[in-house]
Amino acid sequence: MINTLVVVSLAYVAALFLIAFYAERLAARGKGAWLRSPLVYTLSLSIYCTGWTFYGAVGSAARGGLEYLAIYLGPTLVLVGWWWILRKIVRIGRAQRITSIADMISSRYGKSNSIAVVVTIMAVVGVTPYIALQLQSVSLSFNTFLQFSGEEPRYLDSQSTAFWVAVGLAIFTIIFGTRNLDANERHHGVVTAIAVEAVVKLAALVTLGIYVVWVLFGGVSETMAAIDQSAINVWQFDGARWTSIMFLSAAAFIALPRMFQVMVVENEDESHLFTASWAFPIYVLLVSLFVVPIAITGLEKFPSDANPDLFVLTVPLSEGRNGLAMFAFIGGFSAATSMVIVAAIALSTMLSNHVVMPIWLAFSDNRVSVAGDVRQIVLFARRLSIGGVVTLGYFYLKISGGGAALASIGLISFAGVAQLLPAMMGGIVWRAANRFGALAGLLTGFTIWAYTLFLPSFGPDAILSSSILNEGLFGLQWLRPYALFGISGMDNLVHSLFWSISLNLLVFVVVSLLTFPNPLERLQGAQFVNVFDHTVGASTWTKGRAETEDLLIMCQRIIGPQEAQELFKQEAGRQGKIGYLPDTTPEFLQTLERELAGSVGAATSHAMIAQIVGRSSVSVDDLMRVADEAAQIMEYSSQLEAKTEEQARTARQLTEANLKLTAISEQKDAFLSKVSHELRTPMTSIRAFSEILGETEDLADDQRSKYAGIIHGETIRLTRLLDDLLDLSVLENGEVKLSYSRCNLGAIIDQAVAATNFVDSHLALRRDKPSEDIWVVTDQDRLSQVIINLITNAAKYCDNRSPLLKISVRRSDKGVQIDFVDNGSGVSRENQDVIFEKFSRATDRSSGAGLGLAICREIMSKLGGSINYVPAQGGAVFRVLVPLSQN
Amino acid sequence: MGKSVLLIEDEPNIIEAISYILSKDGWRVASHSNGATALDEISRRAPDVVILDVMLPGKTGFEVLRDLRNEDGLAHIPVLMLTARGQTKDRELAEKVGATHFMTKPFSNSEVLDKVRAMVGG
Repeated sequence: MINTLVVVSLAYVAALFLIAFYAERLAARGKGAWLRSPLVYTLSLSIYCTGWTFYGAVGSAARGGLEYLAIYLGPTLVLVGWWWILRKIVRIGRAQRITSIADMISSRYGKSNSIAVVVTIMAVVGVTPYIALQLQSVSLSFNTFLQFSGEEPRYLDSQSTAFWVAVGLAIFTIIFGTRNLDANERHHGVVTAIAVEAVVKLAALVTLGIYVVWVLFGGVSETMAAIDQSAINVWQFDGARWTSIMFLSAAAFIALPRMFQVMVVENEDESHLFTASWAFPIYVLLVSLFVVPIAITGLEKFPSDANPDLFVLTVPLSEGRNGLAMFAFIGGFSAATSMVIVAAIALSTMLSNHVVMPIWLAFSDNRVSVAGDVRQIVLFARRLSIGGVVTLGYFYLKISGGGAALASIGLISFAGVAQLLPAMMGGIVWRAANRFGALAGLLTGFTIWAYTLFLPSFGPDAILSSSILNEGLFGLQWLRPYALFGISGMDNLVHSLFWSISLNLLVFVVVSLLTFPNPLERLQGAQFVNVFDHTVGASTWTKGRAETEDLLIMCQRIIGPQEAQELFKQEAGRQGKIGYLPDTTPEFLQTLERELAGSVGAATSHAMIAQIVGRSSVSVDDLMRVADEAAQIMEYSSQLEAKTEEQARTARQLTEANLKLTAISEQKDAFLSKVSHELRTPMTSIRAFSEILGETEDLADDQRSKYAGIIHGETIRLTRLLDDLLDLSVLENGEVKLSYSRCNLGAIIDQAVAATNFVDSHLALRRDKPSEDIWVVTDQDRLSQVIINLITNAAKYCDNRSPLLKISVRRSDKGVQIDFVDNGSGVSRENQDVIFEKFSRATDRSSGAGLGLAICREIMSKLGGSINYVPAQGGAVFRVLVPLSQN
Repeated sequence: MGKSVLLIEDEPNIIEAISYILSKDGWRVASHSNGATALDEISRRAPDVVILDVMLPGKTGFEVLRDLRNEDGLAHIPVLMLTARGQTKDRELAEKVGATHFMTKPFSNSEVLDKVRAMVGG
């Protein structure tokens, strides 16, 4: 039986891998709309029901009656009654591109990283035991099977079960949790897998419930009768404990890192929350429906010392229903694993964004741009953190030895995470809340929680000595962990929660009132509190002194070259400019900061941009916007601002158009004068030397032939110039006939490379031929002409001692993108604007007339593609975009 | 010992041609191809005549000439300007900044010789 169980479990895990892979593939192709459905969202929320609740609800019902319901009532109340606040959190999360709960709180309080670090540490301390609990539930349930089967475990005992489960989970999470850097993007694979697990665990409980009610009891009325007679029916109601547990579970539902991850970070659409607000309570109802019948069955069947937490397994096992027991096992396994996966993702995002990255930033000099690839560092940090978090959970299990101490950790963990609530809720409803208050409140609450609940939970003399437990810290009676300020006789949980939350809240409010927020906090505060009113964010950057190019370099290192270039190009387009380098307007810096925040968190992103732009500042206008009294002015001024922005954009376009017009008329003059120059220069040599040859009799033979050679060379130069001019004029006037045919890109590049072989240069070429195997419908000769030109240019202008040209081909949705990347020093900033103009040579040491790139640009636009210079790549990079087919 | 000419021009073939024509007539000819450093070269060599092209890398011929005319001890040197653009605007500008003579490319060899001789003789 054990072998079957192991095989079934492994097959289940393999199926989850496959589902996650399949979902990722679908999402990558933009398919699978159901991946983004509200149903999947609701199911993913069910990671609230972990292994602890899966097994523990029955256990709790067997021990203490209906108390388990409070755990489910909390979230239900939040979803039904506090729906607006969840919607607000989700809206803020999306508007600010929040990556985790630590990011949310730090972002609200002026992007302060110290707050982020405190929240991260609290989250790790609070959640690690919970991970241990999940590992324990898997190993305990496995153990139960061992006992029932009576088989000797040959290769697995319960300890190594926990170990292998931990290893498997870490691998799964690393594979599917760190595929993309943008923590704000959805992890479709993970979300789909946990949605499937949600269905499995529900199906398992319901199947077992149906079996118990209809098969064991023989029907609903019989079941009700049995409940009437059972001990559970004796109503033990401890109001304070009920209220506390309901409050705790409500708080945990909002503030647990894993809940925040699925509810806010992975949220695709705000309206999904609406579906979840009625669908999730139904899910919870179904989960809790059969808890009592299962519990009574267990109580009747087994001696009083049997562990009621395992009734879910022992009931079907004792009936010989091994298949059903296995299904229940897989249900519990699902509940445990999905929790660990999401918790590890959430914690690793926090650790990498708020601990590793700031440290790395502090050590990486002042210039982010010169340091290595930031993406790799962040991804590595995230993977390492996942491993670390799961390992920590495993060791916690090993060291604590499992058992009862661990079983009570669920609520203790909830209480720890609940300490985040005042800072978080205060931050979104109260403008005057500031970081001093938040920090003080968090630390107060956390310390009291640790002292009165977390540390004593290890038992006397484990961490806190029994003398402290009985007589208080330093022998002071009012500092007894279970009776703070001399108030004794309360339930430990209620006692700790009462003091930690009320003092947390008190300190938070008082310190916030006594201190002043800095301008950035005021702005962020207004944006959080009024998230539904503010559609346009207040900018925190003054007109940048930043070089757009530096920003592009940095941005490429974080979100990737393609994405960064696309972002910059779009912004440039929005500003009415062509190319990749927009003006560093405050709005653009704001956008950029938010984009980066999606990858590395608000605090780090802000710090990184500040490194390049210099200090951020908040203008009087921005402060006006946050002033309460100025609500109407705000409305009016934001309209004005929108208009001003529109005018600015129009003005910018007009200026550019005007410049273009002036430039065109100047260009006409300049063109004639340049043509004149290009024609007269070779003619001068021809005329001078032909006169010398004609008038000098005593010319030596070698001199004579040298001069004749010069004349010959100059006539060739003239001819080429005229050819180019004619070519350009034909292209510009649209008289050119293109002969489209279906051809292979690799073959075109081959043809071009062969044609440039005569160029006397030691330029080395690097190509990736397999990637060039793409069929396009284009004019082969014209495209080849462009490629020849680019290769020749690289041969002429690449100033590296061993010049190298890399041709890389990439297929995108817009067509085929061919990059020509050399290892020289690139085109200088001022030349980038003019290289595609006629007669604009970047340097004067060439022999060409400067028409090559102008011709290339004409050809590419005729072919329906484009050619651009991509700045900030080190060497020169020309990007040719070829459409796949003729439009 | 003939008089000296400094030719500031960046087209190697034209340098070759003018050098040949003038040295055959007994001139000592030196050449320089960069506008930015042209003034230093002129003050270093102190030639009797300067032939100055308009389109130079670094600095245009007009700019070089303007600087030259403002430089004590060099301002008197006669300058023959060459241009390949051949517009009246260029000629006016050349006169304004103080060119002694102005010639449009292509020129005849004898024309160059006459102009250069006239500038030192006259």
